[in-house]
Amino acid sequence: MKNNSIINFFASVKLALFLLFVLAVTSIIGTIIPQGKSADIYIKEFGEKTASLFQILDFTEMYSSWWFVTLLLLLCVNLIVCSLKRIPGALNITGDSNLEIDVDRLARRKDHKDLPTSLSNQEAGHKVAKALKGSGWKTREKQRNEGLLLFAQKGAWTRFGVYIVHSSILVIFVGAMIGNIYGYKGTMMIPETTTKGAIYSFDRQEEIELDFQILCKKFTLSRYPNGAPKEFISDLAVIEDGREVLTKTIEVNDPLHYKGHTFYQSSYRGLEKLLATIQNNQENIATKVLIDPGKEATWRESNVRFGVVNRAGTQEPGLFRYKVWFFDGSGQPQTFWITGGDTTTVKTENGSYTFGLKQFYATGLQVAKDPGVWTVYIGFFMMMGGLYVAFFLSHRRLWVLIKENGGTRVLISGNSNKNKSGFAQDFEETTRKVEKELQ
Amino acid sequence: MTSSQLLGLTIIGYLIASAVYIATFLFKTPKAGVVATVITIATFLAQTAGIILRWVESYEMGIGHAPMTNMYESLVFFSWAIVLFYLYLEIRYKNRLIGAFTMPFAFIAMAYASFAGNIDQQIKPLIPALQSNWLIAHVVTCFIGYAGFAVACGLGIMYLLRRRTSNTDTKSLINSLPALKTIDDLMYRSIVFGFLWLTVGIITGAIWANSAWGTYWSWDPKETWSLITWFIYAATLHAWFTRGWRGRKIAWLSIIGFVAVIFTYFGVNYLLSGLHSYAG
Repeated sequence: MKNNSIINFFASVKLALFLLFVLAVTSIIGTIIPQGKSADIYIKEFGEKTASLFQILDFTEMYSSWWFVTLLLLLCVNLIVCSLKRIPGALNITGDSNLEIDVDRLARRKDHKDLPTSLSNQEAGHKVAKALKGSGWKTREKQRNEGLLLFAQKGAWTRFGVYIVHSSILVIFVGAMIGNIYGYKGTMMIPETTTKGAIYSFDRQEEIELDFQILCKKFTLSRYPNGAPKEFISDLAVIEDGREVLTKTIEVNDPLHYKGHTFYQSSYRGLEKLLATIQNNQENIATKVLIDPGKEATWRESNVRFGVVNRAGTQEPGLFRYKVWFFDGSGQPQTFWITGGDTTTVKTENGSYTFGLKQFYATGLQVAKDPGVWTVYIGFFMMMGGLYVAFFLSHRRLWVLIKENGGTRVLISGNSNKNKSGFAQDFEETTRKVEKELQ
Repeated sequence: MTSSQLLGLTIIGYLIASAVYIATFLFKTPKAGVVATVITIATFLAQTAGIILRWVESYEMGIGHAPMTNMYESLVFFSWAIVLFYLYLEIRYKNRLIGAFTMPFAFIAMAYASFAGNIDQQIKPLIPALQSNWLIAHVVTCFIGYAGFAVACGLGIMYLLRRRTSNTDTKSLINSLPALKTIDDLMYRSIVFGFLWLTVGIITGAIWANSAWGTYWSWDPKETWSLITWFIYAATLHAWFTRGWRGRKIAWLSIIGFVAVIFTYFGVNYLLSGLHSYAG
């Protein structure tokens, strides 16, 4: 008895309504009080007393607080118990109990039709069953005292649409939990041409070692004419056991996936240094040199000394022109201007070089490992599909009673749980087919 | 014609249409209703052309993106979706009086978009995080949902008005409104419609967030408020299906739900983000 009342409590829709209401109202708190800031910010903003109250009630990280999670868990329990309690009813309404219907009620439905026929009961039964089958109805029959009763239905499974929706919420929660337990998030800042094999996790406040490394070959920043950043692009490579196993150019909205990790382009940092690429066109050798503005650099193989001696702005904000001093030991040293990101040909007395210069960047990556994402996505698709079924597809039922009443009479009656006008049409068509079959 | 001229005409068109629908309702002149419908359809076509033209113009400016990326553009689309949904109801259920309660929403959305001081009408380049096809899917689905809720709210107001006088004064003009049962039915359908699209809108938003930032849900105020809205309508539908709530209660819930929609849309941007910016 006591058991039953607990089950009834958890199975009640009242509880569901209450929980949805409480979740809606309490969720507001976290949109007003900033979440996840450090303690002194709350003290400064709200005063010592209020701040300590926030701490006690977990208002500063409320969506992961014990009481909010408890509400969500209660909602899950409510969903499970409520669905389990109602599923037998749904099975019942789609099952054999339909053959036990009170036949007096058939003629009282809105959609019903009484057809006389000259066929015998047996024959009429066969013909009706055949006609229904031809129109896509699944039929079963039973000999009743009142006559032969046929029951036919369409879309019985749609009664379970609502349970697909309910399960989808559970699936999403499971996915979220998988992500919470096995996943992590972090960031990486990789200067161009270098590799990194660890990410910094905010939650754990420590570095997490990866069993592979990420090489940033190149970072490109393009801008709109007004100077606003248009695209951040990083050419990345995955290095495993010293070998390059994968290369990918990533940008915002188009990340790199590797071994359950996803690397998102999130930011960049312009470093003081410049990256020079020089190619000796005669000897066909090339190099990349990282240089500090104002300091001389050398490339020994070609005996080249060079440096950036001046910088000037361009029309485009954030883009600069650089004055380069270049000397390969032959003739006079050269000086020329080059815009960041461009290449130019440098001719000296004895040689020819292709010289490129660009701002040196570090690419900022966000790294996420969330093995629960696909579970969550499955939940999403179940929810959308389930809602469609629950709202738009209907369970249509027909009963046909064939009885002796001064000759054989066929009484057809039916109903639908949704889309009544659609059913009325279907009913009319079906009865027309049955009528035709009976003649 | 430029897109801003067409969208300017739209404001006037929806203003006149709203006025004529309301006049039709107040003075019981069905013929005027036909005029209202014609104006609405013509304006709707002009608005559609305006939205397409704005899209084309953004490409001509070299920053090409779908016109759904800021407050102005989303309001224009919101009003467009309301009118589309309303016209469907008018034609499907052959009732013009609903227009008096829904077209003003379309007008207000357009007028607010154009005249509110803090809304920028310029076509602006997109920051990298917004350059995604998910953006379009997300904005379109959300605003179709919001349009459904706006119409449900209009119907809710209509229901409450109709109900106040239904038993007393049979000659009252309110009694020219559709029967309570019809309004109730339409209200439910609009909520179901809105709820489905809001669900898809939240889901596409989550998928987009995951593809851009690696988190499908981060409880930021906007996300949280969309979920609050979802909770309200989910509760409404449960009350409808299992507790047999109809009529007045559902009318109030559809109004409360729409307040949550409006807050998700404006309140979060103007009130909460301000709070966050000085707190952070």
